[in-house]
Amino acid sequence: MATDLIPLGDPSLRQKVRLELVVNEERRDLVIDGYKSLLELLREELQLTGTKHGCELGECGACAVLLDGQLVLSCLVAAVECDGRSVQTVEGMQNGPTLHPLQSCFADAGAAQCGYCTPGFLLAAKELLERKPDATRAEIAEALSGQLCRCTGYLQIFEAVEAAAAQLRGGR
Amino acid sequence: MSEHRVIGKPLRRVDGRAKVTGQTRFADDLSLPGMLHMKLLRSTLPHARILAVDASRALALPGVKLVLTGADFPIPFGILPVSQDEHALCTDRVRFVGDPVAAVIAVDELTAYEATALIDVRYEPLATIADSEEALATPEPRLHDYGDDGNVHKRIAFDFGDVDGAMAKSERVFEDLAFFSGNTHLPIEQHATLAYVDGDGKLVVASSTQTPHYLHRALAKVLQLRAAHIRVIATPNGGGFGGKSDPFNHEIVAARAALVTGRPVKIALTREEVFYCHRGRHPVLMKVRTGVRKTERGFEIVGQELETLLDGGAYGSYGVASTFYTGALQTVTYRIPHYRFRGCRTFTNKPPCGPKRGHGTPQPRFLLEVHIDKICTALGIDPAAWRIDNAVPPDSLTANWLRVSSTGLVRCIEAVVKASGWNERRGQLRGDGGVARGLGLACSSYLCGAGLPIYWNELPHSGVQLQLDRSGRVTAFSGATEIGQGSDNVLVAIVAEVLGIDPLDVRCVTGDTDLTPVDLGSYSSRVTLMMGNAAIEAAERARLLLAGAVAEKLNVPASRLVFADRRVFDSEAPENGVEFAVAVQLAEAKHGTLGTTGSYRPPKSPGDYKGAGVGPSPAYSYSAAVVEVEVDPATGWLRVPKIWVAHDIGRAINPVLARGQVEGSVYMGLGEALMEEQAYRRLPPKLSGAHVHKFPSLLEYKSPGTLDMPDVETILIEEPDPNGPFGAKEVGQGPLLPIMPAVANAVFDAVGVRIDEVPITPEKIAKALASTSRRYGPTRFPTIAWPEPLVVPTPADGGDGKATNERPRKRELARGAVIAPPVEGKQP
Repeated sequence: MATDLIPLGDPSLRQKVRLELVVNEERRDLVIDGYKSLLELLREELQLTGTKHGCELGECGACAVLLDGQLVLSCLVAAVECDGRSVQTVEGMQNGPTLHPLQSCFADAGAAQCGYCTPGFLLAAKELLERKPDATRAEIAEALSGQLCRCTGYLQIFEAVEAAAAQLRGGR
Repeated sequence: MSEHRVIGKPLRRVDGRAKVTGQTRFADDLSLPGMLHMKLLRSTLPHARILAVDASRALALPGVKLVLTGADFPIPFGILPVSQDEHALCTDRVRFVGDPVAAVIAVDELTAYEATALIDVRYEPLATIADSEEALATPEPRLHDYGDDGNVHKRIAFDFGDVDGAMAKSERVFEDLAFFSGNTHLPIEQHATLAYVDGDGKLVVASSTQTPHYLHRALAKVLQLRAAHIRVIATPNGGGFGGKSDPFNHEIVAARAALVTGRPVKIALTREEVFYCHRGRHPVLMKVRTGVRKTERGFEIVGQELETLLDGGAYGSYGVASTFYTGALQTVTYRIPHYRFRGCRTFTNKPPCGPKRGHGTPQPRFLLEVHIDKICTALGIDPAAWRIDNAVPPDSLTANWLRVSSTGLVRCIEAVVKASGWNERRGQLRGDGGVARGLGLACSSYLCGAGLPIYWNELPHSGVQLQLDRSGRVTAFSGATEIGQGSDNVLVAIVAEVLGIDPLDVRCVTGDTDLTPVDLGSYSSRVTLMMGNAAIEAAERARLLLAGAVAEKLNVPASRLVFADRRVFDSEAPENGVEFAVAVQLAEAKHGTLGTTGSYRPPKSPGDYKGAGVGPSPAYSYSAAVVEVEVDPATGWLRVPKIWVAHDIGRAINPVLARGQVEGSVYMGLGEALMEEQAYRRLPPKLSGAHVHKFPSLLEYKSPGTLDMPDVETILIEEPDPNGPFGAKEVGQGPLLPIMPAVANAVFDAVGVRIDEVPITPEKIAKALASTSRRYGPTRFPTIAWPEPLVVPTPADGGDGKATNERPRKRELARGAVIAPPVEGKQP
């Protein structure tokens, strides 16, 4: 962890770093500006724009992705920390043309209105259901409490997660 | 057509798949080769003269391509024709912390950001205005050289009927004051814009805007370009709620930067900047006086006087309309035979206020619903029963000449009363294990699109074009803007329903001024009704063309043909028919290439006085809500475990999406009720005494999270409106309105104190519990020099919709090419 902020204009901000990581099960070998966050790596270097930003300060949850299976806010993770690790984004959720049950349930239940917070919610829910396939409504609300949505009032999101959990438990 | 295949069915929304796969391209998801990045330098002072802007150090930074300042933008703009008071970059003065002063365009975002710190701006600080009362008391220095006078932007005054006479005849007069703090939209998507010059040399601006048509106008005006050579693409908005309804500085500056550099230019605002863009809920101080007369079942209102004082922030924005809206819709819910309204908007040195979900209506709705609750309490009457007895009847005219067509208000109230156990549980929940519980009820109504457009003209408010392909695919073109509310889905559902095809057979192209006919934008809850009616007209015209051709082929009368299940067939012999694609081919052979249009313009309003343009709507939606609260009397801690809400939607085009709009409104209303506040603090004098935003971050501006959201029982009341497409009315805004007052009324039911100020925080409840007045809220309304009121006799008085004392008005109808600029467009 950096102890001092690097001042603006300092050339070291742009010092190039090379890193290798796995993104959505594909190996990537990249040379990027050292200051970039995982969010910027995904959106700007890899054009994986499914991951969104709402604050870039770790407040909204829109940029949530899975890093080695753990839910992280990609705006708060330095890209250099991801060397040798594995990242999953919304683009990696579906299986070929088939949507992940969370994706289809979100689409059917009205859980995505504007859709901007949706990728973050999907990954937070995926992390929960992998850990706790029979999560209760309270556990779902707790697990998603780092994600903000301004459109839905959350209830249709909860229902979508419950419906997807039922599908996943049913082995579909 | 009696049984719908699409309308009313819980189908997956047309854009649902793209949104769960990450394929939806929001504005900041767009990028182009050679793209430059832009950052704005914003004012650090709330009010100052700009003495000099020196960009030489910024321009010397490697990678910086261009710096723009106010000198590059001499022509002002604004959303309303009467408030053209903004410059894309401030020319000579800054008026709030966050007002943009300069823009840097550079090879990457970091360089642009670094360069903003190298621009030297010399300011001469000016005295600042903190709030409405300061604005009234401080006419100089004026923030603007227009407006009514001093720092008063607008004062309006109306008397509908003989209000003094009515008040004199009333048996009791009740008076109340309330204050509604400002709050903001907080869309999760930060505004973003990508501007570029297309291959043919014309400007393209792709932006997260709810109103591409008005952005189109602003760009043409400020940049002095031929409007026909500007293409505005409204990208899907990652939430709007009214916050992306104005043309914004960054959109215009990015456009100019693209024109100057010849390269694509993108800007994505930071969260802090989104707070500065604001245009959120006006803080409003309000006073009401209501004269009542006893009746057999309770009481009736004989006259009502409402005064509102709006803190407008630094610019006009929609503020004149907002001011009218604090009074206009108050007559649409309960019968008010005589009505006096006074409204005043002030300029202050804060980010400009504008339209947020409910636009100007939630503030007085809060006051009046709490006021009614207090009167009912004082007179010992059940507030639910009173509301049922006094609901505005269908097919009626209000005192201020608004025509109410359908209303399901009584059904809404009955539904939430039943579902919540109101009759059994209200007043019975106190003293439950140390925590007091209570129920509160409130109602509201809202418009389904403004009856008059922002620029008065006789043009359609919404247009839809259909193009029919031999494959059976239909493309629907509409200027409407998808902001998450599901407008693309409404368009597709209606076209599919009328033509008897699957929604997936319809491609929609929306919000693109080069490709789509004008729709005025996603504001004022207008899209379902207006675009929907235009879509029906276009689809019915297409059906006529197809039916004529199929009738000839099948040798049956066209009137007997049914369009359903991707077929066109004889209703009397369903096996006798053709595939929809074949029907298109038959019609194309007969008529040539197939395309139809539909357009919609609201019916003329019966009101004909100056100011009658704000309030009329083709239809009004109605809502009722019961909120249950738990209050800890020791601390004032407030929790909302359950909300019952009923909304008269006319007809739900898609019940899943309609429920989502209701729950989203309830959620946002609850945020306003409990915690959301656009708060400012004054810096100490040695730090300029500036007013700065207290919480320009998502973490500190509290909004409800998953753990704050109560259980909500949503009841859709379908009372089809003759003016709505398939009877549909709005659902995106109305259900927000009753939540804040229902919370306040529930707090009273729980612990017997009145919180006459939103948000209703534990601190305010604790103060009220400790006070002798058992109340928290404003205690005075300032004296305002109201102008002579327009006196408008009511329909019941035999009025004709005109004012008795109005000077002849200049009626300026802008016709035809209303956005043609003065200069000839040349290919750069």
